[in-house]
Amino acid sequence: MQKYKNPNQHLIAPGHTACPGCGQLMSARLVLDACGSKTIIANATGCLEVTTTKYPTSSWKVPWVHSLFENPSAVASGILAALKQKGLDKEITVLAQGGDGSTFDIGFGLISGMWERKENILYVCYNTEVYSNTGYQASGATPLDANTTTTPPDKKSMGNAFIRKNMGEIAIAHGCVYVAQTTCGYPADIINKVKKALTFTGPKYLEILTTCIPGWGVENEMAVQMGKLAHKTGIYPVFEYYDDEYHVMKIPGEPLKVDEYLKLHKRFKHLFGNERGKEAIKQIQNIADKNIEKYNLK
Amino acid sequence: MKLKYPLEVNPGTTITNKTGGWRTQKPIVDHEICIGCDVCRKVCPEGVCFPTGEKNSKGRIFYDRDLDFCKGCGLCAKECPVSAIRMENDFK
Amino acid sequence: MILNKLEYRIKNTEYRIMKLDNSKQFLEGSHAVAEIIKLIKPAVVAAYPITPQTHIVEDLAKMKASGEGGFEYINTESEFAAASLLLGASATGVRTYTATCSQGLLLMTEVLFNIAGMRLPVVITCANRAVSAPINIWNDQQDAVTIRDAGWLMLYGETNQEIIDLHLLAYKLAETLRLPVMVNMDGFVLTHTYEPVLMPGQEQINKFLPPYKPAIGTYLDVKNPVTLGSLATPDSYMEIRKQLAQDIYLSSDLIKKYHTDFKKVFGRSIGDNGLVEEYKTKDAEVILVAMGSVCGTIKDAIDEMRERKQKVGLLKIISFRPFADEEVIKHLAKAKYIAVVDKSISLGSEGVLATEIKRAAYNQTKAKIQSFIVGLGGRDVTKEMIEQIIFDIKKDKTNKMHFISCTD
Repeated sequence: MQKYKNPNQHLIAPGHTACPGCGQLMSARLVLDACGSKTIIANATGCLEVTTTKYPTSSWKVPWVHSLFENPSAVASGILAALKQKGLDKEITVLAQGGDGSTFDIGFGLISGMWERKENILYVCYNTEVYSNTGYQASGATPLDANTTTTPPDKKSMGNAFIRKNMGEIAIAHGCVYVAQTTCGYPADIINKVKKALTFTGPKYLEILTTCIPGWGVENEMAVQMGKLAHKTGIYPVFEYYDDEYHVMKIPGEPLKVDEYLKLHKRFKHLFGNERGKEAIKQIQNIADKNIEKYNLK
Repeated sequence: MKLKYPLEVNPGTTITNKTGGWRTQKPIVDHEICIGCDVCRKVCPEGVCFPTGEKNSKGRIFYDRDLDFCKGCGLCAKECPVSAIRMENDFK
Repeated sequence: MILNKLEYRIKNTEYRIMKLDNSKQFLEGSHAVAEIIKLIKPAVVAAYPITPQTHIVEDLAKMKASGEGGFEYINTESEFAAASLLLGASATGVRTYTATCSQGLLLMTEVLFNIAGMRLPVVITCANRAVSAPINIWNDQQDAVTIRDAGWLMLYGETNQEIIDLHLLAYKLAETLRLPVMVNMDGFVLTHTYEPVLMPGQEQINKFLPPYKPAIGTYLDVKNPVTLGSLATPDSYMEIRKQLAQDIYLSSDLIKKYHTDFKKVFGRSIGDNGLVEEYKTKDAEVILVAMGSVCGTIKDAIDEMRERKQKVGLLKIISFRPFADEEVIKHLAKAKYIAVVDKSISLGSEGVLATEIKRAAYNQTKAKIQSFIVGLGGRDVTKEMIEQIIFDIKKDKTNKMHFISCTD
């Protein structure tokens, strides 16, 4: 018998089947708790959906709907329209959420439509930089040279050949009233950013870099550490954008070299101990340096 | 129209699925060292680290975790700023 | 029906609403649909343009702009988004509407399956049009039959009056059965044709179709939070799908029941019973089977052939899903020849309705059943072609599918 009783205080209940140490589930719980119980969620297909809603059970304590991989944004638009007719749109938060596959790739067009309509919806992307749920294939958010199951490095391949899409900037270009990026390395920052976002009326985009334990090939207890390192190397800028201005989370001290981050992942293992890898790391360092300069992270 | 197999699922019902069985290691919290900083509660992917409501000898409300659901990932131990949590093998 | 020949060109929109007498209005098909939708009062209308559906959503936009329509009107960036948006709105417990066709309907396909599987009472109008390639904007019925397995009730109207009435029936069925319904109207032939129609009054409509109030705990509501669209493993998926299949199949009876109610309230019927309409089949040697506006032409042809003592009849299918086997066979059993007239084709097989009739007729009749394809991509269907079909089915010793009025 356990001495202390779990108050089961969060809006996502335990008993879900996410991997031990999952950065996405941790982040999703923080997001929803920050939104509060008067929230309706439209969720994309993906880990977050399958691990929390095995019929006939659900981890979610707020109204929650899953339709398809690519459409949580349009489903959220429909929810908002219905709430408007019911006169409830001012008191209920509409939250659309999905992973990077849904957000960067297959659902991209529908997100653009939602933003264009200037609807008062918070869209949260849990960016694991890979199609986690289907077994770690490359997405539009996969970083350069990453080893995924569809970008295996070999004699004629260094892994993913492309630099990831910058959804944050795309959101800004759409005129979203609040755009932010953070990582699962900063739980308090996730909560603050959600709360900040909800003070704005209009389209809002929050992207959270969330560690995928098996997809990245890191140890179970490393989600937070990896989130911090992604920021401290400049690989993943942490910022907010609102009222036409960037508000950046500065890197404490001197930025770390990218290998400090890369060497911890199995997905970048092929970059170490060979000449080609050295060149590749240089290129990744270059990307990080550009981020540091562009977002003024130092 | 009432459906025999309803498509609406009740909220928070995964609690019937005790995931504690997944665990190979379990976190042990030293209540005396715990400073009640809330970090373990924030980072726990299962959401099963919580303030117990009881105070240690330093007058701080200490935290504990629910082993019914804890998958033993070790995030709480890794992130605890005062190393109040250690992981040990969980032989069932 | 009588105005089928007026069908094409009344271009001057000033004639759009021409009072014929105290009750009937002379309306373009699309406008009639918009009018009935306004009276049905959906909470959310989603729109994305595609010919020949455009006039419907344009008219609804005008109604919204003038304040006549109280619904949320949302222009989306694709049909896929329009359907998804309605899914979200319907899951939040309100009445919803959109119209589409052809490529748009196919783009929606994934969402259509989802809406049905989630048991959401979404109603859409499909302005039936050919499917690309080659690209073709004119009428046939390839679009809707292609998604026949999605789990939607699919109703086909012959005239614009039927189309109006079917929308009322559609919402009634959708909201009672928790199933989506698609009302099919032939693109251009009905959507752009002016016909005299009776537009029901608001009071009558309210009597037949009260405001939509889904049961508490079945929709997204912060006071009663539920999860919708959860993951069904092999433990539960099959039971849920069987439930859907049975509910759709059994909906035939409910269509008949609501059709009786409809008759009481509005004083007119939709075919015989909302499922089918028989036309001079009782002593018929040859019975044609068809869906949609082509039935008007077929009836005209039958009248002429009957004058020449040819025993020909028509069975009009109104409800393609559910497919009311018993109702269909009841009328067909005594015929010697059954000619199924399709404006669509299952490539590699035959006309879609033809296959359906053969299935339903299995062991029920000794008649020769043959598939005839007409009017693909908007080719006119004439009375002469109907006579050709009658001639062909008797003469042809094989059972092969015929393309009618196809040069090659």
